[in-house]
Amino acid sequence: MTVRPQKSGKAFSFSKENEKKAKEFISHYPKSKQASAVIALFELAQRQSGGWLPEEAIVYVAQYLDMPLIRATEVATFYTMFNLKPVGEHFIQVCTTTPCWLRGTDAIMTTCQKELGIGAGQTTKDKKFTVVEVECLGACVNAPVVQINDDFYEDLDAKSFEELLLALKAGKPIKPGSALARQCSAPVGFSPQANTVKVAVKKAEATKKPDSPKAAAPKAQTTPRPKAKLAPKASTGATKLNGKSAPRTGQKKNKDV
Amino acid sequence: MPKMTINGKEVEFEAGMTILQVAEVSGVEIPVFCYHPKLNIAGNCRMCLVEVEKSPKPVASCAMPAAEGMVVRTNSPYVEKARKGVLEFLLINHPLDCPICDQGGECDLQDLTLYYGPGVGKYKENKRSVSEKYFGPLIKTWMTRCIHCTRCVRFASEIAGTSELGGVGRGEHTEIVTSAIEGAIASELSGNMIDICPVGALTSKPYAFRGRSWELTKTDSIDVFDGVGANIRVDSIGTEVMRILPRQNDDVNEEWLADKSRFAYDGLKSQRLDRPYVRNNKGKLVEATWDQAFSAIALKLKDAKKERVAALVGGMVELESAFVLKQLMLSLGVKNIDCRHDMSDYDVSKPGHYRFNTTIAGIEDADVCLLIGTQPRFEAPLINARLRKRYFQNGLQAALIGASYESTFPLEHLGDDAAILNEILSGKHSFAKILKNAKAPMIILGEGALTSTNGSDIHTLARAIADTHKMIRKDWNGFNVLHTSASRVGCLDIGFVPVKGGLGTREIIQKSQKGLMDILYLLSVDDIPPSALEKPFVIYQGHHGDQSAAHADVILPGAAYTEKEGTYVNVEGRVQRAFKAIFPPGEAKEDWKIVRALSDYVDGGLEYVNLDQLRHAMIAEFPHLKVLNVATPEAIDASKATDQKDVKGKLKPTIANYYMTDPISRNSLTMARCTQEIIEGKWPKLGLIGE
Repeated sequence: MTVRPQKSGKAFSFSKENEKKAKEFISHYPKSKQASAVIALFELAQRQSGGWLPEEAIVYVAQYLDMPLIRATEVATFYTMFNLKPVGEHFIQVCTTTPCWLRGTDAIMTTCQKELGIGAGQTTKDKKFTVVEVECLGACVNAPVVQINDDFYEDLDAKSFEELLLALKAGKPIKPGSALARQCSAPVGFSPQANTVKVAVKKAEATKKPDSPKAAAPKAQTTPRPKAKLAPKASTGATKLNGKSAPRTGQKKNKDV
Repeated sequence: MPKMTINGKEVEFEAGMTILQVAEVSGVEIPVFCYHPKLNIAGNCRMCLVEVEKSPKPVASCAMPAAEGMVVRTNSPYVEKARKGVLEFLLINHPLDCPICDQGGECDLQDLTLYYGPGVGKYKENKRSVSEKYFGPLIKTWMTRCIHCTRCVRFASEIAGTSELGGVGRGEHTEIVTSAIEGAIASELSGNMIDICPVGALTSKPYAFRGRSWELTKTDSIDVFDGVGANIRVDSIGTEVMRILPRQNDDVNEEWLADKSRFAYDGLKSQRLDRPYVRNNKGKLVEATWDQAFSAIALKLKDAKKERVAALVGGMVELESAFVLKQLMLSLGVKNIDCRHDMSDYDVSKPGHYRFNTTIAGIEDADVCLLIGTQPRFEAPLINARLRKRYFQNGLQAALIGASYESTFPLEHLGDDAAILNEILSGKHSFAKILKNAKAPMIILGEGALTSTNGSDIHTLARAIADTHKMIRKDWNGFNVLHTSASRVGCLDIGFVPVKGGLGTREIIQKSQKGLMDILYLLSVDDIPPSALEKPFVIYQGHHGDQSAAHADVILPGAAYTEKEGTYVNVEGRVQRAFKAIFPPGEAKEDWKIVRALSDYVDGGLEYVNLDQLRHAMIAEFPHLKVLNVATPEAIDASKATDQKDVKGKLKPTIANYYMTDPISRNSLTMARCTQEIIEGKWPKLGLIGE
């Protein structure tokens, strides 16, 4: 089947806030090369339309950037991070690439089926959940990994994932990161407080290393993407699409800025 | 010049060339799919892999700039293995349906599979299948065969200037689609996508399942549907034209052809005049023999007052027929002859006044262009393609005075009133400044301006503008007239215009309407008002029972452009020869022979026994016709304009419907479909595979 964006049936135009951001993105490129901002603008449009990119938004962005519609459609259909049909409030992306799969992705998919009654590529009737299979999310150290909206949830198994889903269903906040409460990809049970002695020795060796362990921590983050470090602070437990950026798109954006 | 080694041979090259181009120049062939010399480089098919010394991987030669001292091998086992691998992957999803594919026999993929393809397929899984797309009435799609070279996408956005095609999806799911969910490609050059498609994904809809390339008789010819004189190849079987393809000529059409020229050939098969007709005393046209037809004409001509006789020549006539008709008319003492049947009237005393002096290839040196009363997109799509090419390469600042239209390159519309020209001449208009600062400005004066009642004044004014803005110099001539018909410049060259004291088309038509003309001889003239044909005795010589034939009193069946040898002069003044591909139907004859035969009945004194004799006589009188395929240097001599007057009046478009402009295209089913599906936007719902 030809990949075609769905229609939302509603006219699309940027909100005031997004309009400002869009102008900012466009200003990063030379005059007459404004079309280069298309990916950034699609991301804004996707967030504004509730996690997916309707045809109206693509047409709007194409006109906004004065580029042929087909060129914009090519971009929107090429990148899998643009959802071309409506998604649920909680957009669950299950990594099924080899490392995660070996560590038990199947159990996670079964849990989805059991708890939500949907499989890959489906949305629940109440439009709360959408489950999709994705390729490597880049957090293999803590496999299996699931991305729910903007945040990563790691070290999952059927039980911990079920708890996550139950919490989401009940509207309770959930905590991103490892389900085993390990820090970054450190060995399970390792805690900086309990191992102060060992760490102190190492610290003495590496005096050049900057300031507090807190600041150094992001370097060894489970999710190597730069924006992920913001996730726990900015959107702990948040399920709405209000974060500054998704880890995946965030990476792109970072480059642009 | 830098040097590199290809297959052990040292070759020199110009800096900036790619490895592939260097190889091509030095005679080494590298197989390609996505690379096309006239399009941007995509580098996505990987077929052109070569071995470059010290490179860890094979290199895509189409995208790799050649460098000093590079050592390249294109025939090593390493390269062969790489190409075999690429081809095997291309064939994974390509159906093995060559026996039912229209591209069979002229398919790049088929040819290269012969050289690099594996004898046995290893792939046992299901192949990808892709639904058909609707690309309009001219292009048939079979998208399962597509190998995603994106040549068509690049052609549409770069050459045709309609960014309608694109590849959506990614990887295996990529599909080539139009931006509209359904809808034809609105381009006058869309047929070229069929030519550049390396596989059978895009094939000709009218030609679908009609013939095989090796069965066709190929004849070199010249296109007559516009004034460009595109070089074409007529492919025929027996008495039928099967298809028309462009021949490469970088000075004229590069390797493109406009859709009307390519697809209107099926009009050659319907409504043809295949025998003479004479109107009997009951007012009915009845079949006649040639003798009866000629006798009827002779009878009328004998008594007619010569000042009440006129002869007009149509837009598709080759030079030889016009030449003999002129000789016949002069020997009979008829002064009212004209080839400008569209009623344009201006000073044509010098070739520079009516030619496209910049030359078509010369457009690529222009930096500013002013269009006056012309719509090149419809009047000459290939000249429009050059203008777009110029814009695409280096930016062409263009403006239009005349009826606005959707251009394929940015075009500033100054208005449609000719009065703007006065302001430009006097320097008051803002565009005058741009013209003044331009290094190589050009004006294209179209028939929309020349056919208006003050066309002559507009012509003079345009020449004056050219003079004042230094457009006509030793190294540059920026004054151009763009004619829409193939015969016009040639007929003006041989002076098929009113002899001193004779009447021009406008007066001839006005007098005919009042009943003041006795005999009208129309050589393939179909675009004059029918009211002018009611009163006089009309002799129609042509190939189609179209508008004029219905009002004729004698019909002399002639040959269409594919059915006769002929000389054509294009808008630049380039003399080109066409050859005969098939025979005219029934009793129809080559036009010069008809005029020659009529001469015996009316004591016209023509004595040519063959075409060579006629050509010798023509060349003796007009020596410049001897030099073929050159835009004649004579063109650089537009004389200074004097007595320019202020002009005003709206400039109208000359072409209402690009797909129907002449007897052949009006009788073409394909062109009727184009009108319906592209212009009126009524397209059929998609069926299953095919149509």
